[in-house]
Amino acid sequence: MGEKEVRQGTLALMVLKTLESMGTLHGYGIARRIEQISGDLLSVNYGTLYPALLKLEQEGYIASEWGVSENNRRAKYYRLTRAGKKQVEHETRDWQETTAILARFLAREESR
Amino acid sequence: MKTLRAVLVRVFGLFDRDRRDSELQAELESHLQMHVDDYLRSGMSPEQARRQALLKLGGIEKVTEAYREQRGLPFLETLLQDLRFAFRSMRKNVGFTCIALLTLALGIGANTALFSVVNGVLLNPLPYPDSERVMIVFSESKNFERQSVSYPNYLDWERQNKSFTSIAAFRDEDFNLTGQSEAERLHGYMVSSGFFSTLGVAPVIGRTILPDEDQIGGPPVVMIGQGLWQRKFGGSPDVLGKTMILNGVGYAIVGVVPATFRLYSGDNTEIYVPIGQWNDPTFLNRRVGMGMRVLARLKRGVGLEQARADMDGIARSLAAAYPESNAGSGVSVTRLKDDMVRGIGSTLFVLLAAVGFVLLIACTNVANLLLARSTGRTREFAVRSALGASQSRLVRQLLTESALLGLIGGGIGLIIAARGTKPLLAALPHALPRSREIGVDGRVLLFTFGVSIAAGILFGLVPAFKAWRTNLQEALKEGGRGSSGTRHRAQNAFVIVEMAVALVLLVGSGLMIRSLVALLGVNPGFDAHNVLTFNVTMPPAFMSDAQHIRAALRQVHDAVSNTAGVQAASLIAGSLPMNGDSELPFWLQGQPKPATDSEMNWALFYLAEPGYRQAMGTPLLRGRFVTDADSERSSPVVVVDEFLASKFFPNGDAIGKRLNLGILEVQPEIVGIVGHVKHWGLDTDSQSKIQAQLYFPLVQVPDKFLPLLSSGVGVVLRSQNEPMPLLPAIRHSISQINSEHVIYGSQTLEEIVSDSLADRRFAMVLLGVFAGLALLLSSIGIYGVISYVVGQRIQEIGTRMALGAQRRDVLQLILGRGVLLAAVGVVAGAALAFALTRQMRSMIYGVSTADPLTFLAVSALLMLVAIAACYVPARRAMRVDPMMALRYE
Repeated sequence: MGEKEVRQGTLALMVLKTLESMGTLHGYGIARRIEQISGDLLSVNYGTLYPALLKLEQEGYIASEWGVSENNRRAKYYRLTRAGKKQVEHETRDWQETTAILARFLAREESR
Repeated sequence: MKTLRAVLVRVFGLFDRDRRDSELQAELESHLQMHVDDYLRSGMSPEQARRQALLKLGGIEKVTEAYREQRGLPFLETLLQDLRFAFRSMRKNVGFTCIALLTLALGIGANTALFSVVNGVLLNPLPYPDSERVMIVFSESKNFERQSVSYPNYLDWERQNKSFTSIAAFRDEDFNLTGQSEAERLHGYMVSSGFFSTLGVAPVIGRTILPDEDQIGGPPVVMIGQGLWQRKFGGSPDVLGKTMILNGVGYAIVGVVPATFRLYSGDNTEIYVPIGQWNDPTFLNRRVGMGMRVLARLKRGVGLEQARADMDGIARSLAAAYPESNAGSGVSVTRLKDDMVRGIGSTLFVLLAAVGFVLLIACTNVANLLLARSTGRTREFAVRSALGASQSRLVRQLLTESALLGLIGGGIGLIIAARGTKPLLAALPHALPRSREIGVDGRVLLFTFGVSIAAGILFGLVPAFKAWRTNLQEALKEGGRGSSGTRHRAQNAFVIVEMAVALVLLVGSGLMIRSLVALLGVNPGFDAHNVLTFNVTMPPAFMSDAQHIRAALRQVHDAVSNTAGVQAASLIAGSLPMNGDSELPFWLQGQPKPATDSEMNWALFYLAEPGYRQAMGTPLLRGRFVTDADSERSSPVVVVDEFLASKFFPNGDAIGKRLNLGILEVQPEIVGIVGHVKHWGLDTDSQSKIQAQLYFPLVQVPDKFLPLLSSGVGVVLRSQNEPMPLLPAIRHSISQINSEHVIYGSQTLEEIVSDSLADRRFAMVLLGVFAGLALLLSSIGIYGVISYVVGQRIQEIGTRMALGAQRRDVLQLILGRGVLLAAVGVVAGAALAFALTRQMRSMIYGVSTADPLTFLAVSALLMLVAIAACYVPARRAMRVDPMMALRYE
C-alpha cells in the first residue's frame, strides 16, 4: 500500500480544515477523516497527531473538552476557535499562493 | 503575541505534568478503542483488531515523549531533569565528587583571587567621581622623568593652564602632635586649597582649606583624618574649631577627611595643612622641587593630548622667562591611575597566565577522572540509549553534570578567594599599589561564573565526545568493561598536556628564583648586615636658629653613639640608598657655570657624619672620608663615588679638585673617593640617569639651609649584633634629651634592601606556589593514569608473569610507559616554555630566559616526580599474583 506519512507543516492546516468542515471532532475522527479525504494515501499516527493538536491548542486556534462519542466512549473533542477560523483562511491563502508559485516553477521545468 | 502565549502555556506545562500525562493516556486509550471498534465492525476478531490498531499507531512511549516535548519547555525541563540526575550521581560518588570539587576549587579559587587583584589594581577606576579625568602632573627634564614640581612653577601652571577645572599641589610632611598625652608622630600632607575638590572628596564634617588660608600669613588651620578624629576626639562633632599642637604650632581644626580616602594605599595620612603658608626660601625657589607633586582635573571636552600640548606651551614660556631653572624642562601629564599602577601590569599579566595554566591542569585532571568514570558508565549510557535517549540528549546530560561540577567547584573557589585574598596579600611582600581596593565585586563574580562554566564544559567535552561515539552494540556486549582505544589516547594526551604545562610554570618560577639569587649576589656597595636606620624629630624650641640646630643635632648624635652595642653611627639627610633620594646640580671648579639647571651635572647627595662610612660599610678607595676635623669652621670638603671620579676626572686626579655645588652655594674640595652604591636598587641602578654620588659633611651645611633639617634628621648605625633590640635603649637615651623628641620609621637596612625587591619576591612567591600546585596536580594526574593502566592490564601482566616474565620486566613495562609520557610532556613543555618565558623578560635578572640550567633542573625535577608517581602503581603491578590474575580470567 502506498501510504505516506503526512508532510511536515501540512498536518496543522489539514486538522484546522477538517475541524472547519466537521465542527467538533475527537482525535481519532480527525485522523480517519484526513486519511479518507486523502483517499487513504496518507496515514496519520498519533505520534504526530497529538503533538500537533497540542501545539494548535497552545497557540489558541483550537479548544478541547471531554465528551462522549457515538459509541458511548469518553473522548476529547476539538473545535475551531475564532482565531482558528481566521487562521484557516490565512493559511489556506498562503498555501494556495505557495502551490501556485511552485506549480509555475514545475511547469516551466517541464516545458523546457 | 501568539508565540508569547504558546511560551506561557508551555511554562505552565512544566507544572501539573502528572495530571496532563494521565489525561493524554486517557485520550490515547479512547483513540485506540475507537480504532479497535472500527476494526471489529469490519469483521476482525478482537485480538486481531487490537493488534492491528497498535501496529498502526506506533509505540505509546514514543508518542508520550513527543507529546511531552511539545507540552512543556523541553529545554528547561531536561535541564531540571539533568540537574536532578547530576546531583544524584554526585551524591553516589562522594569520593570522586570531593576530589573533583577540591581540584576545581583550588584552580578556580586561585584564578578568582588573582583576577580580583587585577580587577582592583588595573581595571577598576580610582574611587573618585569621574576619576578618569584626574591627572598627575610632573616636571621632566633630560636628567629626571617624574620630577617633583617647584612651588613657583606650580603657581604659574595654575594661573596659565586652560585645560584643567582645578589643579592642586601636595607634599608629604610629618608632624609631631604634642599637648595630647604622649608626643606622637603623624604622617601628613601639605596641600593646596583645591586638593580635595580636584579629587572630588568631601569632608565628613566641616570644610576643606580655603584659598585665603592657602597663602603666606594665612591662619594656621588643619584638616584631620577620620581615624585620628575617632582616636583623639571620640568622633565628636564639636572638634571643629579646636586647636591641635603640631610641630609646636597651634592649628585650628576645620574639617575631617573620610577614612576611606587614601591617595596611595601605603600612606596613612592624618594631617592636612595649607601648603601655601610655608615660607621657607628653598621651597619658594623655582629651582627646587622639595618633593611636591601636582594633581589636576581635566575639563570636560578636553583630551589628554590637548592638555599636554597646553602644558608644553606653558613650559616653553616659563623656560623663556626663567632660563636658569626652567630651560630644557618640560611637563608630563599622566592619568593618576596609570601613574599609580605603572610597571605592575606586566607582572600581573604573567601571573594571570600562570594561574590560568594551573586551572588548565586542574581541568585536565578532572576530565581524566570523568573519563575514567564514564568508562564505568558506558553500560548505563548504552542502556539509556537503547531505551530511546538520543545521543545529543546523553551528551547534554554529561555536559550538565560537568558544568554543575564546575559551578560548585567555582562557588567553593570563590569563597576561598573572597576570604583568603586579603590575608594572603598581607603575608606576601607589599608590592601592589591600590591593594586596599582589592575585593570581590560584580566583575569578579562574573569572571568566576564564566570561568567555572567554561572549565566545566572544557573538562566535560572529552567524556561527552566519547559518549557521542560510543557504539551501542559493542557497549552492551562488552558488559561494562568498555572499549578503551579512544580512552587511552585521550588520557595519554592529557598527561602530556599536564606535564608540558607544569614544566612551563616550573621554568617560570625557576627563572624567578635564579633572578632573585643573582640579585641577592649583587654587591650593593654597602654592607646591610646589622645596620639600622630611623628618623628623629625635635620640638621647635630646639630649632630656633642655626646654632641651636647644630647643638640639637650633636645631642642626638651623642645619645645614639653612646648607646651600648652601637659600633658606628651617623646622622644623615638627603639621600639614603634605596629609600629616598635628593639630587644637587654641580659643576667643576675652573669650568664655566652652565647657564641652566638642565645643563648642569647632577649627583645624588648624602649629608653624612664621619661614622657614616663605617656604619654603611662603604669601601674607601682613595684619600679619606669625612672626619671630625671637618667642622662648620673648617674649609668645606666632599667625598665622591668612583663613578663621579672616573667620569669627571678621567685622569684619576679627582682628589684636591673642587666642585661647585649649585643650590648650596659652596665649593668643597674633593678629599676622598668611595665605592659606588647601588642607590636605585640592585637591578635597576645601572639604568638610572643619575649615577654620580657625593657625600657632604652634615656639619658644613651652610646656616641658611639648616632650617630644612628642623623637621628632623635621619640616623644610620652599625651594631655588634642584631640592631633592632637596641632601639628601646636608643629611644630612652633620646627621650632623656627631651620628652618631645620622637623616633619613628625604624628599619634595618636589610629590610630596605629586601623591600626594594618586593615586587620580584611577590612574583616569585606566587609563581612558586602556582608551579608547586601544577606539579602536585600533574603528578596526581600521571599517577591516576598509570594506576588505571595497571588495573586494565592486570590479567595481561599476570599472564606474562605466568609465562616467565620477571618482576623487573613488569616494572619496566609500567614505568616505561609513564616515563615515555612524561618525557614527551617535558619536551613539549620545554618548547612552550622557551616561547613563553620571553614574555617575562622584564621580570628576569642576570639569567637568560632560556637559561639551560633552569630548563635542565626543572625538567629533571618533573621527571623525577613523574617517575615517583608512576612507581606506586608499578609496584602494585609487580606484586600481581599470576594465579589470581589467571583465575579471574
